[in-house]
Amino acid sequence: MLLNQFLLLAAVLFSVGVYGVIVRKNGVLVLMSVELILNAVNINLIAFSTFWGLSGQVFALFVIAVAAAEVGVGLAIVLLIYRNRRSVDIDQLDELKG
Amino acid sequence: MSAIFAAATTFDVPANVAFGILSVLMVVAAIRVVTTRNVVHAALWLVVVLGGNAVVYLILQAEFLAMTQLLVYIGAIVVLFLFGTMLTRAPLGESDDLDNSQRFLGAVVGVLLLGVIGYAVARTWGTDRLDFAAYELPPRVDGLVAASGNGRTQALANTIFSDYLIPFEVISVLLTGALVGAIVLARRD
Amino acid sequence: MWFFTHVWIMPALMAASFVLILLFGKRLPFKGAEVGITAVAICLVFAGATAFNWFTWSADSPKLAENAPEAQAEAAEVGALSEVPNQCSNVVSGLRSSESEGESSASGAEAPAGEAPTSGTSTTEGAAPAIGPGVGESASAAVPAAATSGGSGEETLTRPIVRCASWIDTNEALVTWGTQIDGLAVMMLVIVTIISLLVHIFSTDYVHGDRRYTHYFAFLSLFTGSMLFFVLSQSTLQMIVGWELVGVCSFALIGHWWEEKPNSDAALKAFLTNRVGDVGLLVGMIILFFAAGRSFSILDINILAQEGEIRHGVLLVASLCLITAVMSKSGQFILHTWLPDAMAGPTPVSALIHAATMVVAGIYMVARLYPVFFDGLAISGSSVNALAVVGAVTALFGALLAFVQKDIKKVLAYSTVSQLGFMVTSLAVGAWTAAMFHLFTHAFFKACLFLGAGSLSHACHHSFNMVDDMGGLRKIMPRTFATYLVGTLALAGIFPLSGFWSKDEILTGTGSFPGSDGANGSYHVMMVMLLIAAFCTAAYMTRTIWYAFFGEFRGHGHPHESGPRITVPLIILATLGAVVGIANLPAEFDFLPEGVLTRFEKFVEPVGLYFPAITHASFNPALAVVSVVVALSGMLVSYLYFWKGAFKPLQGLSERNALARRGKAILINKYGFDWLYTTVIVGFVKGPLARATYWFNQTVLDGIVNGVGKGGVRAGQFVYDNIDQTVVDGAVNGAGAAASGSGGVLRHLQTGRIQQYTALFFAAAAILAGVFILFVG
Repeated sequence: MLLNQFLLLAAVLFSVGVYGVIVRKNGVLVLMSVELILNAVNINLIAFSTFWGLSGQVFALFVIAVAAAEVGVGLAIVLLIYRNRRSVDIDQLDELKG
Repeated sequence: MSAIFAAATTFDVPANVAFGILSVLMVVAAIRVVTTRNVVHAALWLVVVLGGNAVVYLILQAEFLAMTQLLVYIGAIVVLFLFGTMLTRAPLGESDDLDNSQRFLGAVVGVLLLGVIGYAVARTWGTDRLDFAAYELPPRVDGLVAASGNGRTQALANTIFSDYLIPFEVISVLLTGALVGAIVLARRD
Repeated sequence: MWFFTHVWIMPALMAASFVLILLFGKRLPFKGAEVGITAVAICLVFAGATAFNWFTWSADSPKLAENAPEAQAEAAEVGALSEVPNQCSNVVSGLRSSESEGESSASGAEAPAGEAPTSGTSTTEGAAPAIGPGVGESASAAVPAAATSGGSGEETLTRPIVRCASWIDTNEALVTWGTQIDGLAVMMLVIVTIISLLVHIFSTDYVHGDRRYTHYFAFLSLFTGSMLFFVLSQSTLQMIVGWELVGVCSFALIGHWWEEKPNSDAALKAFLTNRVGDVGLLVGMIILFFAAGRSFSILDINILAQEGEIRHGVLLVASLCLITAVMSKSGQFILHTWLPDAMAGPTPVSALIHAATMVVAGIYMVARLYPVFFDGLAISGSSVNALAVVGAVTALFGALLAFVQKDIKKVLAYSTVSQLGFMVTSLAVGAWTAAMFHLFTHAFFKACLFLGAGSLSHACHHSFNMVDDMGGLRKIMPRTFATYLVGTLALAGIFPLSGFWSKDEILTGTGSFPGSDGANGSYHVMMVMLLIAAFCTAAYMTRTIWYAFFGEFRGHGHPHESGPRITVPLIILATLGAVVGIANLPAEFDFLPEGVLTRFEKFVEPVGLYFPAITHASFNPALAVVSVVVALSGMLVSYLYFWKGAFKPLQGLSERNALARRGKAILINKYGFDWLYTTVIVGFVKGPLARATYWFNQTVLDGIVNGVGKGGVRAGQFVYDNIDQTVVDGAVNGAGAAASGSGGVLRHLQTGRIQQYTALFFAAAAILAGVFILFVG
């Protein structure tokens, strides 16, 4: 098995996740796209850990933990936004426009 | 010990076929995540991706990670997503209002990224083959080598709790903080 | 010898007298006159002692046989210059060093003269004292064959004594000032001091009670000192200084009574006319400076000119420039116009300055630099040259002008102009000694005549108009009459008075009269003009005697003879004017003892390296007779016309005959020179030329300046409008506009929408990574 096939798979997932982050209007869907990205990264890490030792798996583990935390906090924020604005349309969050 | 690991690493056609089917499935699922008009469907397609991820981990002989992936991601995170969907009264069923106006830009950026990363990857690791020679226990001084034969999980645990102890503690603090923060944020006062 | 080296005391003493009189004169009992008289008297004694020393000195001078070999002759000539220190003359020091180097060859004197400037300046003065007496003695010893007692084929070399001090010392040239004593200088010293002393004594009576008595004596002292300074000059620069100084004193003394405008006008006219000639003086002296290898030393110039080291063309140009100076200072045509007007000053001043001493400064200058003129104008062997023309014309036309004057001093002034013309002509034909001798005698009898005129006016209430205010004074003022008559006869040139000898020598020197051989050229025209002038001289002087002393007294008041302080100087001068002719009896009078003949020539005329070898015309008895006859006939004509009333038709001719009236008008208008100078030249400058210049200044120059200013303003306006407002401000405003415009555009980037930021962020990252991978990785 080539290393590249895992890396390419990860790349594709990563790109798709980036697409999703850019395109999706709903906050929850954006978070889902971020999860795609994180998973792509995890594939990368673990694919490389076959070369470089268990550190990659350790890192991937930490990534999963952090992702979990991030999703919790992120959804809490989305909830707050929904409470304040009655919608989770990110496009409407443009208070900082110049 | 390396013989235990090394001997089991003859990959052949079945593995490749499996991987091919799996990768196609994952890619399609990922694309469906970002293109579907149904929020709940997107979450479900995400489940497919995450599950596929776990299988990939298995192929890569990271069993513990695969289990963790399934447990944490699919078991907890996706559930969270669904809760979030419900609590934010996301439009159930088809909805046209899920994409903003940057679709073309996003596609371009995505393709661009894919191209760059793909090119870099292909150039650097041309035809390197996977070998699992790196799955070894780090040498220990006091002979506390994993003699139990529980394999990689043991080794992984050893690594976490010796070399990466402090990051581990930090992660736990982080999770605690996230927990507290989420509660604080989402409290209804 | 002590007198020779300390002769500078004389001008210094007179200068000190000037200062003392100015500072203390008013408080002294005689109001400063005693200081002046004492100083001049001391100077006279000094001059007399110097002259006496000169006689013995030149008697001891080495003699050179005429046919001595050239090398020996040159050695002797260089040795004769032993009393010239190296510092004072580059040429002499060069000659001396070449003599001492090796045995002189025939070309020995030529080469060092060429390289004298460089070797001269490098030779220190330390060589001078050692060389001085030693070389002199060795030179006189080195001429054994020639040191025989005087035969006719032998001449005495003149040994000038030169002393100098460094005045301006630069790398290029060493300018010195000092004294040069030779016979000419000694003669001038004697003349100046005698006449000055007599004029001082005369003035104590004449200007008694004057408004500026002290000031007058101060300037008399200053003038005497300046004239002595000029006469003793060792360098041409010093001569220029002395020349200007005497001009200044002349200005001050002519304008002594400057409250009356004619007097100050006359003073200005004298000064400014002299200034015109001074241009020639300066240019000529500068030319000679460069021609003589950057040296102002008179000896240098003379030796180099005499040796032929200076090109003839250069000498000619320098001579012509210096002739301009002579024309102005010595009253030659055409710059003579100031001299008659200068009679506005007091009579003793006229006697001293404008008869005897200052006006001869030009003559003296020519005499001093004679080799320049002798070679430059090619005097020898020709029949006309520029200087001769100037002199002869002056002599004749000045004499003619004296006929129509009513003012006795003006008659004497034109007579002076005419006699100066004689002297200049004499120099121009090569009769150097004749000119100097005439200068010598003229000083005495002309001063006598001027002081006599002063005595006359003193008696006639200060009027000089002999036609209207004098007459018949012969019996009343016998001493004045006698001295005046002696002076007139001397001036006319009647044998045996001094004027005869000097004038006859001049006429002989022209070399035109048949039978006179040995002259330097044959100047026929000059001789004719001089003879006519001599006729006129006798005639107009007799005219003045008639008007002043004969006939009825036509003036006011009761004239009486003047006091002793006036008449004694007159007597002294008349005596001198009568007898001094024996100083230069011609060499042909061999019935007299040898030592009596040509004494003047022996003591005054230089012989040596620095003087051309002029020849002397032999005494021509026929010419002597002719000149006396001419003079007597002039006197006779006047006598007949005035005393006897003959030539009746001529009386009042100018009233009846238009041609005669025209002729008389020309004479009265002094040939129109004053009209030419005042109305034409000055009027042109003051009128059209000044107006044209003013127009040029206002229109052209100011136009340019204003135009430049306006152009500057317009340029500034243009720059302001186009560059400042448009370009610069445009750039500045444009930068601002660009900033705000780009900001306005870029503002739209900041939408506040995160996903847009994310898109851009990822795109940028991808691009950067791509660039990095492609070009670096």
